[in-house]
Amino acid sequence: MWLYEKRLEYPVRVSKLDPQMAKYLYTQFGGPNGELGAAVRYLSQRYTMPTGRGKGVLTDIGTEELAHWEMIATMIFKLTQSATIAQIEASDYGGHYAIWDSGIFPSDSNGVPFTTAYINTMGDPVADLHEDMAAEQKARATYENLIKLTDDVDLQDGLKFLREREVVHFQRFGETLDYIQGYMDSKKNF
Amino acid sequence: MAKQNVSQLQTVQELGFALVEMNLYLDTHPDDANALAVFNDLATRYATARSNYEAQFGPLIDYGTSGPTSSWAWIQEPWPWQV
Repeated sequence: MWLYEKRLEYPVRVSKLDPQMAKYLYTQFGGPNGELGAAVRYLSQRYTMPTGRGKGVLTDIGTEELAHWEMIATMIFKLTQSATIAQIEASDYGGHYAIWDSGIFPSDSNGVPFTTAYINTMGDPVADLHEDMAAEQKARATYENLIKLTDDVDLQDGLKFLREREVVHFQRFGETLDYIQGYMDSKKNF
Repeated sequence: MAKQNVSQLQTVQELGFALVEMNLYLDTHPDDANALAVFNDLATRYATARSNYEAQFGPLIDYGTSGPTSSWAWIQEPWPWQV
């Protein structure tokens, strides 16, 4: 069962309209290393994770990723919602606008629609957790690129928060992998 | 949004985020008694901060989790992406 808390996990601020940057941010809204993919991956993997710890970690990190997905949408919203047609045409956002108007559609930064082909659920916890650790590194690297693509210090603050969360998630998945490998070894020894 | 609203929300946000962090840490360190004590202290303070915020601005969590409400403030703007 999911509940929704009517606040952002961390504040999102932008100092100016920037449809160009919004286009780049879409990769974390609906792209291969983005928050929606992370949420769907972890929340799907959790069903077949052994141990309460495994189920807890996958559920709790997956849920936090939805909060991050919301932050990315908020960034895109603030960067575009009051943009004029002239501002949109002056950036690369025109293609997105032509298809989805001011709608915030889960695609990557090139307009490619989100797909669960970006994720995997093996039911094999060692495989799944290795994928999760890789995913967190890819997300971390992507945030570093996005931070470089903007000079808006306010926007960067939110992106730096999201980058740091990836580092923490990587740590937690590593700990979970160690624990579950130990658990599986101990079951074999019986 | 009113200035007072933003700073009261900030307290809820800060405590709420600290709780997310402690929750994830305890998921992989469930026997860490110090961490549990920190979590419990934060949870108590968060409950107070949330209750203070909600008394003025309405429920923060849906489906009645925030308790009874005198009017259906839940749908009122601003929503989080408008703040």
